[in-house]
Amino acid sequence: MSKPLSRAASAAILQEQRQIRRERLLSTPGLLVGLVVFALIVLAALVIPAVSGVDPNEMTVSLRLSPPSPEHPFGTDEFGRDLFTRVLHGARVSLAVGGSVALLSCLLGTVIGIYASYFKALDQVLMRICDGLIAIPGILLAIALMAALGAGSWNVVLALTIVYTPSVARVVRSSALVTKAQTYVEAAKVQGATNRRILWKLILPSVISPLTVQASFIFAQAIISEASLSFLGAGIPAPAASWGNILQASRAVFSRAPWTVLFPGAAVVLCVLSLNLLGDGLRDYLDPRTGGRRKK
Amino acid sequence: MSETQNQKPLLEIQNLRVFFRVRQRLLPAVDGVNLTIRPGEIVGVVGESGSGKSVMSQSILRLRDYDSAISYQGEILFEGQDLLQLPLSRLRKIRGNRISVIFQDPLTSLSPVHTVERQLTEVLLLHKNLSKAQARARAQELLHLVGIPSPERCLRQYPYELSGGMQQRVMIAMALSCEPSLLIADEPTTALDVTIQEQILDLIAQLNEKLGMSVLFITHDLSAMAQLCHSVRVMYLGQIVEEAETSALFARPMHPYTQGLLACIPRLDFPRGEPLHVIEGTVPPLSRIPAGCHFCTRCPHATDRCRTQAPPTVEAEPGHFVQCWNFVSPETPGQEVEA
Amino acid sequence: MLSYVLKRILSLIPVLFVVSVVIFLVIYLIPGGPATALLGLEASAEQIEQLNTELGFNRPFLVQYADWLSGVFHGDWGESFFLQQSVLDCIAQYFGPTLSLAILAQIFAVILSIPLGILAAYYRGSAVDLATVSVSLLGIAVPGFLLSMFLMLFFGVFLQLLPVAGYAPLSQGLWEHLRYLILPALSLGLVQAAYITRMTRSAVLDVLYSNFIRTARAKGLRESAVVFRYALKNAGPTILTVIGQSFGGLVTGTIVTETIFNIPGLGMLTMTSINRRDVFVIQGVVLFVTLIYVLVNLVVDILYGLVDPRIQLGRK
Repeated sequence: MSKPLSRAASAAILQEQRQIRRERLLSTPGLLVGLVVFALIVLAALVIPAVSGVDPNEMTVSLRLSPPSPEHPFGTDEFGRDLFTRVLHGARVSLAVGGSVALLSCLLGTVIGIYASYFKALDQVLMRICDGLIAIPGILLAIALMAALGAGSWNVVLALTIVYTPSVARVVRSSALVTKAQTYVEAAKVQGATNRRILWKLILPSVISPLTVQASFIFAQAIISEASLSFLGAGIPAPAASWGNILQASRAVFSRAPWTVLFPGAAVVLCVLSLNLLGDGLRDYLDPRTGGRRKK
Repeated sequence: MSETQNQKPLLEIQNLRVFFRVRQRLLPAVDGVNLTIRPGEIVGVVGESGSGKSVMSQSILRLRDYDSAISYQGEILFEGQDLLQLPLSRLRKIRGNRISVIFQDPLTSLSPVHTVERQLTEVLLLHKNLSKAQARARAQELLHLVGIPSPERCLRQYPYELSGGMQQRVMIAMALSCEPSLLIADEPTTALDVTIQEQILDLIAQLNEKLGMSVLFITHDLSAMAQLCHSVRVMYLGQIVEEAETSALFARPMHPYTQGLLACIPRLDFPRGEPLHVIEGTVPPLSRIPAGCHFCTRCPHATDRCRTQAPPTVEAEPGHFVQCWNFVSPETPGQEVEA
Repeated sequence: MLSYVLKRILSLIPVLFVVSVVIFLVIYLIPGGPATALLGLEASAEQIEQLNTELGFNRPFLVQYADWLSGVFHGDWGESFFLQQSVLDCIAQYFGPTLSLAILAQIFAVILSIPLGILAAYYRGSAVDLATVSVSLLGIAVPGFLLSMFLMLFFGVFLQLLPVAGYAPLSQGLWEHLRYLILPALSLGLVQAAYITRMTRSAVLDVLYSNFIRTARAKGLRESAVVFRYALKNAGPTILTVIGQSFGGLVTGTIVTETIFNIPGLGMLTMTSINRRDVFVIQGVVLFVTLIYVLVNLVVDILYGLVDPRIQLGRK
């Protein structure tokens, strides 16, 4: 009934869509703020220790627990180690652990979720396993796994991946189920597309946006969890600097030297906050239907 | 009709403008509407989605005040008092009591976690000085009035246990409970099956006759309009572009938009094989309302004057108003009005 | 209603089965067997081998699992090597303080978060909303132990209002009991509150723009009736579920909080058991807490069914 669009008309529509996207980006300031802050943290963690050359484990006994000063902007800990350097080195460890957990659980969760959405029998089995894993409170499961496996960075990554994969699988499965019911997937089936093609070419792209959102939340969660595990002594073993370790070390002295909590604590909070903002912003940006009104 | 014509108007909307504030801009959803409803009259407002008909009707009870940054200009006089100036505490005494509303989608318009009894008696307890038992008895009567076969049972049920038609009957019963003088029916049949639509329209017509209550009937369904309404207003982009008694409007549509709408109705005697008529283009968004006549972007007869100057409203024949530069007058076809 | 409850209980069977397998695996998969963990690094290979055999860890997987599971059903959850006590006795002994702490914290959290969440949703976009959203966003980003340390610093060390560590059982009087619990419960409750506030706000926002809210207003109801009778009752099931789910965070929180505040609860038991690698105790605690978690969510689901009539018919 309607005439095909002229080139000029479709150009105008594209232009308008770009405009809308721009406006939407501006209406979710959290996304930009989160992105910038997180990028700065990553950059600082990568660049500053490499340039400054200060050894995070170098102890200067005469300078034990000295408050912040120009030489030691974050002060020193009870062994006289420079906290600024330790916090940055800690950032490397914490970010590496958080990032690996996010990456691994998303990869695993996507595979599980997509297959579960597509094959009924598999779905029953996989989802019951996920239900069971989700029923065990997260950190507790991680603690149990750490107790069994022993402390160590890779074991932390492994334990937390096991904890977070089921929730990714659920998210992926539910959005894959929606896509699976779409007419274009039905059409592809009728045309004889192979299962593999449908899964990876048609369904996978549709789960990418919820997955990115989920990834940033898991990244944030994993950083908190790693810090908690290390704080409890079930995470990354000392003397390696991770945010959790630094905070654990300060437990004994923090009433005398509050800066030993303040700065590493602020680092954790800032990093988690920026990731959460990023996740929230991404969700609002990627899903315009809920964007303006609801902010969960 | 003629007797109602002379009575004092029940509701008088004068030059109503309703604006939404979107990112520092004021967008006019309703742009200068005048509308009068007399006691006992059924007035229809027809238009596409986005024409502002729902916003206009909900402005009467200011039901949109809570959702968005909204502002009003003009007057809405109900029995002489301006509803737009009324404090909320006094407006609440009118809502559900003197003026009530039924909405488009009965299932979502009823609370899913309250029983029909709870939702129905609530209005009675609120506005009438009734005891719980009296309210319950009255609720049964009302359900009976709107044609629900077993009111006793219905009262105990939750909305999702009823069919769509029954749900809408409950909505209507709720709206009627305080014997309002005006019923606003905001697309009451749109979400229903065709056969159920028919029943609901009949019900509204009966109640209008029995109770003498006025009805403001909002719809985009022209046949429903023809069946029910005494007079009709056609709305486009926040303005009333044509106003007439129902028979006159259907017999002699004058505005190109009305003509377009009527031509869109498929007929049995329509020659086979020919494409159905459509109005070209879509309703522009509120942020892109054209200068001049609002309809000029889609009008087949638009001239340069239409694109620059807003047309006046002209009484083309007694009681038949049209807002157009180039409308076709019934007496002398093709004639242009002099401004 | 009865059939709904029954269905919910039946649906727990597969979940609990998976839970039991996972928790069993935690011990089974310890590299070198549980004896390695129990005896520590100094033990010789023969000692480890001997203990593994003694404990039956050289038998086939299914036999071990069946044995363990029947033990769990018969109240035999294993022995703590360090405390020379059965695991269940350990748990019973340490459970009281945790329960008190968790309840008090959740009370704090709910009292604070539900009104705030409703207020923020109702006045969406206002200063109240902005403040609530910002603070809860911050609260979610703060690890529990960090908040505990700050509160300790502020109320205990700086203001010296409350004791910073220790625990008095209820038998020493209610106030004495609460006095020690206020700070830990507050720090735990605040973290919980951040999450519950956020979810309450979004649950209320979801219904606040529903058509039935418009209907309620069109009836002439006051705003208080609109919000409490309609918005809240409709958002209720969601909020209830959120509170149930937040129990998982509460458990995590108690472990960390107890450690910091020196409260002799399950968290402390877990912590000391981690240091001793007393794996059976850890296994027992995980099992115990998971069972409670599952039970809490079952209760929440049943309440959900009571509040929302649709759920009983399996709709929605």
